[in-house]
Amino acid sequence: MTATMEPSTKVTSPRLDSKVPETDDIANMWENHKFSMKLVNPNNKRKFTVIVVGTGLAGSSAAATLAELGYNVKAFTFHDSPRRAHSIAAQGGINAAKNYQNDGDSVHRLFYDTVKGGDYRSREANVHRLAEVSVNIIDQATAQGVPFARDYGGLLDNRSFGGAQVSRTFYARGQTGQQLLLGAYSALNRQIESGGVEMHNRKEMLDLVVKDGHTAGIVTRDLLTGEVESHSAHAVVLATGGYGNVYYLSTNAMMCNVTAAWRAHRKGAFFANPCYTQIHPTCIPASDDHQSKLTLMSESLRNDGRIWVPTEFDDSRMAKDIPEGERDYYLERKYPAFGNLVPRDVASRNAKTVVDEGRGVGPLKNGVFLDFADAIARDGAETIKAKYGNLFDMYQNITGENPYERPMRIYPATHYTMGGLWVDYHLMTTVPGTYAIGEANFSDHGANRLGASALMQGLADGYFVLPYTIGDYLADKLGDGIVPTDDPVFKEAEAQVADQTNKWLSVNGTKSPEHYHRELGKIVWDRIGMARDQNGLEKAQDEIASLEEEFKTNVRVMGDNTSMNTELEKVGRVADFFELAKLKARDALVRNESCGGHFRVESQTEEGEALRDDENFSHSAAWEWHDESTEQTKHEEQLEFKHVKLSQRSYK
Amino acid sequence: MSENNINITLDVWRQDGPADKGRFETYEAKEISTDSSFLEMLDVVNERLIDDEKMPITFESDCREGICGTCSLMINGQAHGPNKGQATCQLHMRTFKNGDHITVEPFRAKSFPIIKDLAVSRAAMDKIQHAGGYITVSTGSAPDANLTPVPKEAADMAFDAAACIGCGACVAACPNSAAQLFTSAKVQHLNLLPQGQSERWMRVEQMVDTMEDYFGTCTNHGECYEACPKEISLDFIAFMNRDYVKAKIKNRKLAGQN
Repeated sequence: MTATMEPSTKVTSPRLDSKVPETDDIANMWENHKFSMKLVNPNNKRKFTVIVVGTGLAGSSAAATLAELGYNVKAFTFHDSPRRAHSIAAQGGINAAKNYQNDGDSVHRLFYDTVKGGDYRSREANVHRLAEVSVNIIDQATAQGVPFARDYGGLLDNRSFGGAQVSRTFYARGQTGQQLLLGAYSALNRQIESGGVEMHNRKEMLDLVVKDGHTAGIVTRDLLTGEVESHSAHAVVLATGGYGNVYYLSTNAMMCNVTAAWRAHRKGAFFANPCYTQIHPTCIPASDDHQSKLTLMSESLRNDGRIWVPTEFDDSRMAKDIPEGERDYYLERKYPAFGNLVPRDVASRNAKTVVDEGRGVGPLKNGVFLDFADAIARDGAETIKAKYGNLFDMYQNITGENPYERPMRIYPATHYTMGGLWVDYHLMTTVPGTYAIGEANFSDHGANRLGASALMQGLADGYFVLPYTIGDYLADKLGDGIVPTDDPVFKEAEAQVADQTNKWLSVNGTKSPEHYHRELGKIVWDRIGMARDQNGLEKAQDEIASLEEEFKTNVRVMGDNTSMNTELEKVGRVADFFELAKLKARDALVRNESCGGHFRVESQTEEGEALRDDENFSHSAAWEWHDESTEQTKHEEQLEFKHVKLSQRSYK
Repeated sequence: MSENNINITLDVWRQDGPADKGRFETYEAKEISTDSSFLEMLDVVNERLIDDEKMPITFESDCREGICGTCSLMINGQAHGPNKGQATCQLHMRTFKNGDHITVEPFRAKSFPIIKDLAVSRAAMDKIQHAGGYITVSTGSAPDANLTPVPKEAADMAFDAAACIGCGACVAACPNSAAQLFTSAKVQHLNLLPQGQSERWMRVEQMVDTMEDYFGTCTNHGECYEACPKEISLDFIAFMNRDYVKAKIKNRKLAGQN
């Protein structure tokens, strides 16, 4: 199977109406648009039911806010409690254009940095709105009791993060994600207690139900009893996170998956830019084949650590036995100005290059050194401990090695996915009445996400964007009832879900779902990872397809469908990862340029940097599903840059 | 056997469902890498069980970096295993020796009914949160974040309480299955902050009363602190008890004024 190369059309598909207001006044666009959207009268809001799937930052904040407004909300999580969602693991912080530090930050600067950081592959209008509402998020979270770091005067502290030239990142020690999620979860709890939100724990969405072109509801499976249920609503909001676990090893949690988004894709929601993935440079390398996930360490470590590998190939000496002259500080050598602080994608690709050359370090030769010896000699161990003590402890706990005495070993790992369900300015997918928010959508980060921007986007969507835009859709539905759950569309969807579940249990093959997930991950990492080329991507398509065939006929799912069965949960998620992986390879193949986290070997500058092709690829690619035997159709949304000037990145 | 591998014997609690009586089953886990985590060791055991067409052991985990609070397990009788300040997912096999015999059980408490094998329901903890674990501030109504300075000491102490990951180890470790450490962390996180003052007395009364509907009574053993992966201080229990007593009087007074 070889994908045909589809030439860019350079016009926006009529199927992709971005609903971006026609104005050049981007600073007032959102404000004016809020006035022009239809409203639902406060007394009528209770006549509408909205389903929110997922309870991370985006989902919890949306569910709570919609309920505060008076809508009937049904919220779903496959966890035992909303508080467990993987937003909780975000360490670094959250950006906001507060300019509390008086260092020249502004909404426009945050907007500008985010568009540029996304390598000019995001939609200007959405990003500007994100920068505008960022300030409200900090107010809201603080009022909820989120314990952000403060200075001795009691006011909020900020730090500079991810190469930003201003200090706009708010943080709560190394657990900003947990504290912001606990804030959103507390708002959700208030609504659960008051009856505004009907909370469904341990239920996984397995289908989106559409009737006459409009959203009707979802079908879920109860993870404790196996019971398949339909839930009807006027609108469905998907806040189900990203697809990073298609790589098997990533910094995502074990259960993160693409299933809800993918099932919506199969029901008509276009899936955009699946080739965009962020690979984080400072993770702990895998220790063996049984590694289940990778752990990220804050990239602040690169402020004091020096990255190097031996100049010799296949060098098995301990770091301390390698003399200075036989060490290659390759980032300092290649990028004298930025050195070890080059952006994430540049640092990641260079690590891959030296490891692929055979100069990797560690028992599996799958890492590079991050060495603090010079910093300790210069500043003293106590100073380094004060700065990074918790990270050093974490490293030592995982690897058993003491980073005060020998260099850390690091290697890049998949961390975040910028692609996702295509949404318009209202965050609505191509299925009327179905919305996607947070990492599940594609809208704000373009081809690369800046540090401390994921928490910002999830909460912006949930607290301050969706609750307004959803009214514009619902206002026209006043008087329309919800589709009853005994309607044939629901019954058919339920039957399909039950049928598929039974099919998995009856394959009776020889290998676990975990085995196939791991094997799939290896292909995706090798071929659609940090560097991609035409040959590899074409091979990836074949390899994924043949592994998928084997998976479908040889997977072994133990247990039954009437009690908790994590194998059965897993197999459906792996099946969706296979389909996503095929589309990801195709999207990467067709995008014959490098941009942000998508690096095509064929498209690089003389210095080996990502080289965009704005002439042909200044668009988002949104893929339309047909059926299992037909390849998806690509639609393009052309991107216009009226407010940010396009430029080539350089870190020399 | 490679020098980094060990052989261990596991006694694992197996229970087919809430109604099943349950039993221990013994598994030989051979050639386990000491670099793997405890949960990765269980992953390996499970893959081998599946290879033998046997039911894998059901256990829960998600983030595997000690922050989501999903993983549980009593390991040799200790919630989250032998190491202090760690969740089960952060425990690595280098803690154990070749030939060790390890007992693995679910978190045991009446308020944590067993779902299957090592998985339990901790839904009762959410009930306490519903009862008052929030500050009433609807989206959009918040003032500027720097309007109210918060003394750094108060902010830091509130943070120490807010670090609780809601795993339930405190309940599992307690001979009375009390949830005082969890509840006090949740109450005091908000009660220590200026933003939390309006609802301070209502919050503590409602959350403690709800806690008592589901969990046992605290008799100051301190096992909860020993088991807590975030080392939440026992001081918060004292703070909560103080607030609770005050609340009983204040709430009546407030009611009387109306």
